[in-house]
Amino acid sequence: MNAPQKPELKKVINESGIEVKPLYTAADVEASGGMEMVGEPGAYPFTRGIHREMYRKQPWTMRQYAGFGNPQESNQRFKYLIANGQTGLNVAFDLPTQIGLDSDDPLAEGEIGRVGMSIDTLRDFEIAFDGIDLKKITVSLTINGAAAILIAMYLAMAEKRGYDIRELRGTAQNDILKEFIGRGTWIFPVEPSIRLVGDTIEYCAKEAPKYTPVSVCGYHIRESGATPAQEMAYAFCIAKAYADDAIKRGLPVDEFAGRLSYNFNIFGNIFEQVCKFRAGRSLWAKIMKEQYGAEKPGSMWLRMIAAGGGGGLTFEQPEVNIVRGAYYALISALSGTQTMALCSYDEAYTIPTEYSARISLRTMQLLIEEMGLTETVDPLAGSFYVETMTNEMRKKMEEIMAEVDAQGGIVKMVADGTIQAKVSAQAYQMQRNIDSGVFRKVGVNCYRNEKEEDHPVEFHPYNEEDARHQIEGLQKIRAERDNAAVAAALAELRADAAAGRNVMPALMKAVKAYASVGEMTKELVNVFGRYQEPIRF
Amino acid sequence: MSTRPIKVLLGKPGLDGHDQGAKVVARAMMDAGFEVIYTGLRQTPEQIARIALEEDVDVISLSSMAGSHIPFCTKLKPLLEANGLTDKLWVIGGNLPAQDHDALRALGFKGIFPSGSKLDAITEYIRSHVK
Repeated sequence: MNAPQKPELKKVINESGIEVKPLYTAADVEASGGMEMVGEPGAYPFTRGIHREMYRKQPWTMRQYAGFGNPQESNQRFKYLIANGQTGLNVAFDLPTQIGLDSDDPLAEGEIGRVGMSIDTLRDFEIAFDGIDLKKITVSLTINGAAAILIAMYLAMAEKRGYDIRELRGTAQNDILKEFIGRGTWIFPVEPSIRLVGDTIEYCAKEAPKYTPVSVCGYHIRESGATPAQEMAYAFCIAKAYADDAIKRGLPVDEFAGRLSYNFNIFGNIFEQVCKFRAGRSLWAKIMKEQYGAEKPGSMWLRMIAAGGGGGLTFEQPEVNIVRGAYYALISALSGTQTMALCSYDEAYTIPTEYSARISLRTMQLLIEEMGLTETVDPLAGSFYVETMTNEMRKKMEEIMAEVDAQGGIVKMVADGTIQAKVSAQAYQMQRNIDSGVFRKVGVNCYRNEKEEDHPVEFHPYNEEDARHQIEGLQKIRAERDNAAVAAALAELRADAAAGRNVMPALMKAVKAYASVGEMTKELVNVFGRYQEPIRF
Repeated sequence: MSTRPIKVLLGKPGLDGHDQGAKVVARAMMDAGFEVIYTGLRQTPEQIARIALEEDVDVISLSSMAGSHIPFCTKLKPLLEANGLTDKLWVIGGNLPAQDHDALRALGFKGIFPSGSKLDAITEYIRSHVK
């Protein structure tokens, strides 16, 4: 007779491809590389956090993504969020603005103000941020293809209101390489797009040294199908491409690296995400120190927003997304992020209402006020599991970065569509796994409601009136502004773009003359051309 | 039924850049044996109608995530009609609130697949509805 066999435990592999054991001991930590990379918070290699006191000194900034309709409406929502305890702004722009079209462009019809705030000229920014103290509330602009223009507009608006732009803080997303991989708000071809990012880095390093001109986004690459390890590895490859461009211009690394920042995603397995952030922090520090020769600690910091989680939310049983959001916020807090934002429970359907946006804010405030998440830095450190997984995630990211280098680098792989094809193949496999129930999603492929009840989701209305109002506003500006000054600034912009000079000074002149986003984009398209999307499967 | 594979145009209408869903569905259609013409981003109604005519597709499908499906389909319908494409199967998927489904059906879109639809449900629907 056979001896009774112990039931085999099912093998568990996390999304990044690392096996998760049922038990970790000190021997696992040792075997994975030991505690060498752990260190102290606030000191190299920063695994435990970029600041020593972290949230004890200052809790994370809360920066819900917001903006819709015209600048007046967005201004009201911004003020509502601030009145409810939000400590930063994260501005959503509509699609015409994001891809450099004016509101009266025929292609903009039906899209004005739909997924974000519509911006044509400096006047719109003056309205959008009216009454908001830009020293107290830092503003993050979620803008990429048209980022150079909108950064110029933001700096010009602040200057006009009397702020010293040398002291002005704020962030622009301005990560065009990830737009080619996912999200899709590109305008120009790959090479000139990178050059424009370089122009903003160089200009800000010299003129607005406290402004963060780039927030490199693993976030959307993850949403497009990347694993957590790929998310961070690809983001580092992209950040290196921007850093290389800045260095080619003769900028010393310590003059710009401290103003690079990151945007990462928070959905998925709690421990895998937290270890992703801990691993990433030390890997980025090591890259900046060893490969770029950075000396200032700030140049080695992985400053980030850990946010969103949209890819984890479900259409089914949307109220359960409130609970998912709470766990995602916990991941953010345990990860040692500087800034947090949460997708609201209705965001799989629509632009959040004031009500749902407030629930997201309260979720983050709960962690600060009731749950003790700000009391002690990096509370998971020293766990056999967490330290082993942090080491293994770091190794996995290094492997992925080496693969990218071996295949010709991230710029080439984005330009020819290799990365896009890879992450979309993974997204397809994931959808198959969700459809078949292999990858469990509560309410989707298990614990479904017999009958979906009427969802407590209130749809954000689209107002055709707003679009008309926006177009009229633009036409009024065109009639009132000094059109000779606009033409001169646009001519200078075209000349600088063609000659390979930094376009930011000309953009500053153009925005101050109330040139429109569409007019400035057209000048740049005339010089740079338009991106042609590679379709690869 | 003819022996040629079902030919599907899969378009990304308007300015929306969220193409993860469209690419996933394109792969599902290819795995189902369909021939797929994926347009890439930022197609105008005119471009969709022209490609559908030139490629002689059996199915015209759209993936819309950013809320502009009604104005887009309102412009697309007369163009497809003018090109004599009313006998083709029109299908739409993406972020499509239930309250818009009747309007989409009235605009000629017989197959409506809101986010959360299973891939096999989409391909089976197409297989059983292509004339």
